Amino acid sequence: MTTAKQEVGRRRSGGLEKFKKWLPLYLMMLPGAAYLIINNYIPMLGIIIAFKKVDFSVGILKSEWIGLKNFEFLFATEDAWVITRNTLVYNIIFIILNTVLGILFAIFICDIVSKRMKKVYQSAILFPFLMSMVIVGYIVYAFLSMQSGIVNKTILPALGMDPIFWYNDPKYWPFILIFVNTWKGVGYGCLIYISAVNGIDPSYFEAAELDGAGKLKQIWHITLPSILPSVITLTLLNIGRIFYSDFGLFYQVPRNSGMLYSTTNVIDTYVYRGLMTQNNIGMSSAAGVYQSLVGFALVLLTNWITRKVSKENALF
Amino acid sequence: MKRRYLGFQITAHVVMLLVTISVILPFLLLMMSSLTDENVLLSKGYSFLPEKFSLAAYEYIFMSGDKIFRAYGMTILVTVVGTAVGLALTALFAYPLAVKDLPFKKAITFFVFFTMLFNGGLVPSYILWSSYLGVKDTIWGQILPNMLVSAMNILLVRTYFSSSIPDTLYEAAQIDGASQLRVFRSIVLPLGKPILVTIGTFTGLNYWNNWTNGLYFISKRTDLYTIQNLLNKMVTDLQFLSTNSNMSGSFAEELAKVPSTGVQMAIAFVAVLPILILFPFLQKYYAKGIALGAVKG
Repeated sequence: MTTAKQEVGRRRSGGLEKFKKWLPLYLMMLPGAAYLIINNYIPMLGIIIAFKKVDFSVGILKSEWIGLKNFEFLFATEDAWVITRNTLVYNIIFIILNTVLGILFAIFICDIVSKRMKKVYQSAILFPFLMSMVIVGYIVYAFLSMQSGIVNKTILPALGMDPIFWYNDPKYWPFILIFVNTWKGVGYGCLIYISAVNGIDPSYFEAAELDGAGKLKQIWHITLPSILPSVITLTLLNIGRIFYSDFGLFYQVPRNSGMLYSTTNVIDTYVYRGLMTQNNIGMSSAAGVYQSLVGFALVLLTNWITRKVSKENALF
Repeated sequence: MKRRYLGFQITAHVVMLLVTISVILPFLLLMMSSLTDENVLLSKGYSFLPEKFSLAAYEYIFMSGDKIFRAYGMTILVTVVGTAVGLALTALFAYPLAVKDLPFKKAITFFVFFTMLFNGGLVPSYILWSSYLGVKDTIWGQILPNMLVSAMNILLVRTYFSSSIPDTLYEAAQIDGASQLRVFRSIVLPLGKPILVTIGTFTGLNYWNNWTNGLYFISKRTDLYTIQNLLNKMVTDLQFLSTNSNMSGSFAEELAKVPSTGVQMAIAFVAVLPILILFPFLQKYYAKGIALGAVKG
């Protein structure tokens, strides 16, 4: 009996000691953990808002449950289709362009002999990536402003063409947004590809040269296959995010112009406008949950595919 | 390099020069627009080589730019506080995860990682921060929501710590009786400096460029605007005035309150200036961070 009791007591004090030993480390994690709970986990539970008729006078928890009504309303509108199409199509084009151009520029930059020019090009490609979308919006405005933009005031008259009301006509915006996104974003992938190209063993190229392979052959048979893992990882990561857009690109660059919504409205801008300007929490939160759930499914799916293709590149 | 690749070299230079020009020209236009005489701006529009230069926009900023100076100060304050606090929380969270044998390590890592897979979206987050935590129209609205700590950064710092800090450090400190905070401050932080500077650069630039927190959480207290919010507000005001121009008789009067286009471009240029000046430093750490897989924008 006594020995058993002693045993328990010893084990307990052992547990206590162990607890004491690790306590300082747990305390260190406390502030960060509290932040993640507040900033990330509680809002996850907040997706219940989409299934309620929110009444702030009684609070969210006591608001009436209305099942899938908000979703029925959302998907009955044409908006639901427009924002889904815009989000997906833009992202697909962005992924393709940024990958192809990113690889191309990376190969060019890595092969350039002049060290100084290499540095110049590398800087140029990164610089727009560091700008805020607000600034990018101003720069685009300096080009496209209807009264004083350089395009309407200088370039089009020089070509003998009439001014174009850029901010009133949605048909130009797919091109403008795609151009701006590439201009701003290509540097990110390009830098990843540059480090991948630099990681290739130079002896491959030397051997290929001895065999008389030309530059294009070397790129096709050595460079591209070598950087393929980076390309796959980055592309899958981007596909996982295909339901999310850069809010700034679609909000700042078209200057939130209502006439352009048919080609500039994406899920993120729709959720924002529903919440902040139309005060339509039901629709807005339904669109948000739609985005969260499909986005989550896509992340799981792309990760599953990555595991099949190359296990070490999978996120989890 | 062999001569036979001359053609390739030329192609590479031509393409990359075009890319470089396409990056420089827009900034040149922004700068020139801010230096153009207002009358020339109204009649001829923005141009790369204005007929008449003028420093009026910058004079205006210096003479009557109370609001602009305030917003600039706010941007600096938010950037410094957000980066410092964010880095501290990140490092404090990452170190224990790098300590060998920490109980529940897997579960805690998953707790961090899961926030990268799933999120509740804008609506719940906005309602929580503004209605329940009261950050609306306070400086905390600029600093706390969404920006402070990111899972990706915690995991990057964790990985760095676990490869550069010896496994036995924690046990050794325990035997020595050194306080954990002291070990953290005098051993862990110096060892982790390279990764912390990299993460700090990302966080700092994110705060400098952030305009969404101000858009969501600052509505009445315009004195809490950052420079990005101020720029955004001028766009909104112009948009509002031009769509409601026939409704109000005092349109011209209202319009006069919005800074002239030259001044707007000058403010935008002044907002970019620090990035331009710090570019060599930023570039070094950005290139490093991106190669590590640090967070995109």
